[in-house]
Amino acid sequence: MQHISLTVNGDQNELLADTSWTLLETLRDRLRLTGTKEGCSNGNCGACTVMINGRTANSCLVLAVEMDGNEITTIEGIATQGKLNPVQEAFIKDGALQCGFCTPGFIVSTTALLQRDPDPSEEEIRTKLAGNLCRCTGYDKIIMAVEDAAAMLRG
Amino acid sequence: MPEFDFAQPTSLNDALDLFAADGEVRALVGGTDIVDQLKTGRRNADMVVDVKRIPELQRLELTDDGLHIGAARNLTDIAEFPPVVSDYRGLADSSLLIGSWQIQNRAGLGGNVCNAAPSGDTIPALLSHDTVAVVASNSGTREIALSDFFAGPGQTVLQKGEILVELVLPLAQENSASSYLRFIPRNEMDIAVVGAGSFVQLNPSNNTVLKARIALASVAPTPVRARAAEEVLEGNILTDDLIEMAAVAAVESATPITDVRGSAEYRRELVKVLTRRTLGICRDRING
Repeated sequence: MQHISLTVNGDQNELLADTSWTLLETLRDRLRLTGTKEGCSNGNCGACTVMINGRTANSCLVLAVEMDGNEITTIEGIATQGKLNPVQEAFIKDGALQCGFCTPGFIVSTTALLQRDPDPSEEEIRTKLAGNLCRCTGYDKIIMAVEDAAAMLRG
Repeated sequence: MPEFDFAQPTSLNDALDLFAADGEVRALVGGTDIVDQLKTGRRNADMVVDVKRIPELQRLELTDDGLHIGAARNLTDIAEFPPVVSDYRGLADSSLLIGSWQIQNRAGLGGNVCNAAPSGDTIPALLSHDTVAVVASNSGTREIALSDFFAGPGQTVLQKGEILVELVLPLAQENSASSYLRFIPRNEMDIAVVGAGSFVQLNPSNNTVLKARIALASVAPTPVRARAAEEVLEGNILTDDLIEMAAVAAVESATPITDVRGSAEYRRELVKVLTRRTLGICRDRING
């Protein structure tokens, strides 16, 4: 077990972590932040997407012990209790979710994308969100939601 | 996952002592290959050493002796580095094709190289630029031409105690360009069925090829140079016909197998097509 200190959604957390724990397991099982989902466990589906030091990553492939001194943002840090942000509003308005399992990952990736590029092209959206898989929606409504969220955020 | 010890050294010397210790000591950069491999048992580790906090391994710098990329630097940073975009574009092409944005944000160039998959997308682009690998152990440093770095599928020539510190790409020459393309069944996220990385330098006054490098992924036990195709090009005027001849010649360097991703015959066809296309893109990039 190793002692790690990591900031999650602005809160400092001190834990003892086993070297074999992934960040995903740590977030869900130790810190009870269950918004981040486990889909494939090998970096293909993006359901486990979080931000590490402002950049998106698949938390299923990150070791908890690597994260000492890092800043992590999960869906809980993006979604504010009781109030939808423009990305969430757009996803709901445009029917960009059905079962909702992939949605936290998509919201995190979309938030990161729009922070980097407030007016992405459709091609850029598709490329940057390629690491998030959805079995329900067929993707078109997700793309639309990202474009609508971008427009809303640009005011 | 197996039980392993974990270390996070902040100096190269501390890291090299760890890598010299008994047992299976594995470097960790993005974890996008190794963590999955540890989970499935494909690779083992007694100790995992996170090398991301070693300054030499995070280098991303153009100096007067070339482009230096630390083994731990992530693909997103590399693909967006202006000198890479302007003068080593094949490396940007390939870095942006690996996995997804999430993967590229964590994955290190050195990891793609040292994982040594025959399909490793950055490798043909690096080979096309005559990249040199700088390797260190606690008994010293050595340089290895990247074309001599691979021993077999998933195997490099690194000895126990050695790690890749950085990759050095020679300074870009005028009137030159590189390009990387791969074929995959989907649009994203797959592993190359075939990949081709080309580099061309032209004499602008008469369009003669001064230097050509072509490297292929997924058609041999390691990534390979298509030297016969390079010989077709060098010294000759770059026409569509010459490009076609080179594309055909590139197939001679490919010894593909039939597997779940494609037949050997289809792969040979892809070598021809991707060589042709990347050479055309190099020409367009030089002229454009």
